[in-house]
Amino acid sequence: MNSTILQYDVVVIGGGPAGLAAAVKAKEYGLNVLLLDENDYLGGILPQCIHPGFGIHYFREELTGPEFSHRFMQRVKDLKIDYFVKARVLEIKNYSDLEKIVVFTSPEGAFEVWTKAIIYATGARERHAFEIGIVGDRVAGIYTAGEAQTLMDIYGVMPGKEVVIVGSGDVGLIMARRFALEGAKVKAVIELMPYPGGLARNVMILRDFSIPLYLSHKVVEVRGKKRVEKVKVMKVDENLREIPGTEFWIKCDTMIISAGLIPQVKLLTGIGVEIDPATGGPVVNDLLETTVPGIFVAGNSLLINDLVDYVAEQGELAAYGAKLFIENGGIPAEKWIKLEKGNNIRLAVPHYLSGKRDVYIYARVKKPMENVVLNFPEIDKKIRLPVVRPAEMLRIRLRKEEIAKAKDKITMEVIQQ
Amino acid sequence: MKTKVAIIGAGIVGASIARVLSRYENLEIHLIEKEADVGWGVSKANTALIHGGYDDDPDKYPMRAKLCIKGNRLWHQWVKELEIPHIWNGALIVALKDEDFDELERLLERGKRNGVPEMRIIDREELFHLEPNVNPNALGALYVPIVGQIGPIPAVIAIVENAVANGVKVHLETEVRGIKVENGEVKGVETNNGFIEADIVINAAGLYADEISKMAGIDYFEIHPRKGEYWIFDEGIPGPNHVLFPTPTPISKGVVVTTEISGHLMIGPNAQDLPKDYKDDTSTTRGGLEEVWQKAQEIWPNLPPRWKVIRTFAGLRPEPTGGDFIIKAEEEVQGFINVAGIRSPGLTSAPAIGYEVRDIIERDLGIKLKEKEKWNPYRKEITHFFMLQPNQINELVKKNPAYGRIVCRCNKVSEGDVLEAIERMKFIGVKTPSVDSVKFRTKATTGTCQGSFCKVVIINLLAREYGILPWKVTLKGKGSEIGIGDVKVLLRGEAQ
Repeated sequence: MNSTILQYDVVVIGGGPAGLAAAVKAKEYGLNVLLLDENDYLGGILPQCIHPGFGIHYFREELTGPEFSHRFMQRVKDLKIDYFVKARVLEIKNYSDLEKIVVFTSPEGAFEVWTKAIIYATGARERHAFEIGIVGDRVAGIYTAGEAQTLMDIYGVMPGKEVVIVGSGDVGLIMARRFALEGAKVKAVIELMPYPGGLARNVMILRDFSIPLYLSHKVVEVRGKKRVEKVKVMKVDENLREIPGTEFWIKCDTMIISAGLIPQVKLLTGIGVEIDPATGGPVVNDLLETTVPGIFVAGNSLLINDLVDYVAEQGELAAYGAKLFIENGGIPAEKWIKLEKGNNIRLAVPHYLSGKRDVYIYARVKKPMENVVLNFPEIDKKIRLPVVRPAEMLRIRLRKEEIAKAKDKITMEVIQQ
Repeated sequence: MKTKVAIIGAGIVGASIARVLSRYENLEIHLIEKEADVGWGVSKANTALIHGGYDDDPDKYPMRAKLCIKGNRLWHQWVKELEIPHIWNGALIVALKDEDFDELERLLERGKRNGVPEMRIIDREELFHLEPNVNPNALGALYVPIVGQIGPIPAVIAIVENAVANGVKVHLETEVRGIKVENGEVKGVETNNGFIEADIVINAAGLYADEISKMAGIDYFEIHPRKGEYWIFDEGIPGPNHVLFPTPTPISKGVVVTTEISGHLMIGPNAQDLPKDYKDDTSTTRGGLEEVWQKAQEIWPNLPPRWKVIRTFAGLRPEPTGGDFIIKAEEEVQGFINVAGIRSPGLTSAPAIGYEVRDIIERDLGIKLKEKEKWNPYRKEITHFFMLQPNQINELVKKNPAYGRIVCRCNKVSEGDVLEAIERMKFIGVKTPSVDSVKFRTKATTGTCQGSFCKVVIINLLAREYGILPWKVTLKGKGSEIGIGDVKVLLRGEAQ
């Protein structure tokens, strides 16, 4: 290997909000940190999120994406954290439980970094048209919501003028507004589920701009010669099966796919990190350590978050995990308490709790319910909630004393009041 | 004086003819293509196989039978000279029922007649050694080790680059509107870009070969499109080691299950005959894809879940009247050569078709061909980052930092790869920059995320290198522009 060899305490992979927060915190702990990102700039997806709504919890003020990321980048500069942009990690090698090797390439050459811990914060990717079974022509004018956002808000390119949005997740809804503000006609938002996929505040956009929302509908086909000309929509029943005879066409020149995000974990699965099929991200303990010692995960590569504030919070926790790991030559062995998914819980992270520290549980429900109790039967904890929705992530604090009450598992369930 | 040759259609067939003819001193060759780049017609979407040459009946389809095996043998040399991505992984034609062995025997017999080496029928035990995950009820197979796989458009690109290096002129975005014939002799080709004079016109227009032929007054055949649909799955899903065919039926070789050369599991095609005027209908359909799924499952029961699909696509095969390749100098029109109805195994046969056409020119048109003293048989492939060793990366990055920058994360394509691709596009005369042109040369955008991260980067590189605004970059030629203007264009009321 002719690569230049570097040595660090922690390598943070991914310069978005999770990675930035992790790098800053790790540096503040006095660790020697290297931050790697493959884009031309740090900030991850935030620089293209020019709408407000970021930082309400973390900074206690409402910021835009570029503003939020700028504050962290300033910290990276002030703390003189080493970083590379345009740097792509090609491989992670698990040399031992105490040493990892990160191989990356950049315009400055190929490097091999020996490190004690890794914080993996590579975010997510968007599901594309083929994954959701849309058939028809493969033509211009089909973009994922994030791709359209990059085009419009980083490069100033207007993709089209008559838009159909597939999926009512937050990115799709925000892009519906973005298109409308630029003078495009947003002809419909098509949602497969019987309820909207985004946060309530983003669903409001549809009313503000008089954009029709079709719940329990799906786009099944796209047609056009060189560019999208029309899309075919069908209604689905409660089992998401198409109802024959309900099809209709919408004329448009652009189709935006906002059909959900998938954590990017390819480099991790390569070294045997266990993946939770419910989140698509790794199985972790309450320090966000994966099943491979010394590899911590945060942000959307851990699970898909709604709020950047939680992403930054996870980054900081992972940094704390890395610090403990390095100080102790590994995370002290515990009798881990397993977090189990009960009624109407689709996913819950972290998977293992020590009872040695307070924990935020991040969870999502399977279906909307009103007037519910969030119940943890083994530790006798109940939280009343007026409503739970799949679109809104639950973030519940469990205190260490509460966790310690459990023997070997804590079930999380949603029950009707 | 040089004989002027116009070849209509820069697909695998037109390109192969151009390369073979580029060897001769006394020919001036023009390769004419209506699309923005080469290989975008029938060559673009197919199963990408170098067939074994056993399944074309020499009595019914003598041309197919002769040229397929000859083409297979020629490809061994061409992939080497032109650095075309390929593998020779062999095929298994799987028998699920006792009766299937009768058909396999027939294929073996036919293979022998066609001169196919190394074929044999294997039993259940050997089949499961070769393919442990094939349908557990399979009884045996016909083993054809000489079958291979190739990148079909990379092949067209490589051949055209080599042809251009040897003096062939390429006319892209040039649509043939008429063929000038005087006193029973061709004089040239009318196009949207003016008249191209020619003493010999070779019709290699794929799906449109019947229409081109009519322009010369020859209309004894028709081409109708036969659609085939495909699924491609994400990387990391175990596929077969060989190309797996079912035992064939009279209409089709059947749905193939294979690991295509970039390592993705691929299934397809079905065969659906379309009306004659559906020659540009490459849309996928629910019914077609479902049919492929069901049939693939018969030989490969462990298909991945549907959400592991990264792309579905459809291609069209040009089915001629009569079914055999039509390759001949037409007697009524001196100098007009039809190379029509090149359906499967057209990709396999293409190099052999090139030599067949050369022989026709010498034998039937009476032109004595003179070999060039210096003809370059070689073409170098562009750099592919994903194939480099770390020390090679560092050497390249020292020379040009662009090689250290990954553009397509799924397939590890560097900015340097993309810049080389753009240079090659310009070399053969691509005027309208497109993401597809870069995709077919580098593999960028063909991975798990289907370009949702790298398409924008590629658009910007194309815009910079071609000196145009980013939204004027196309996905696949004129009419497929990436955008309609800058973000304020609608508010200013300037969008077309």
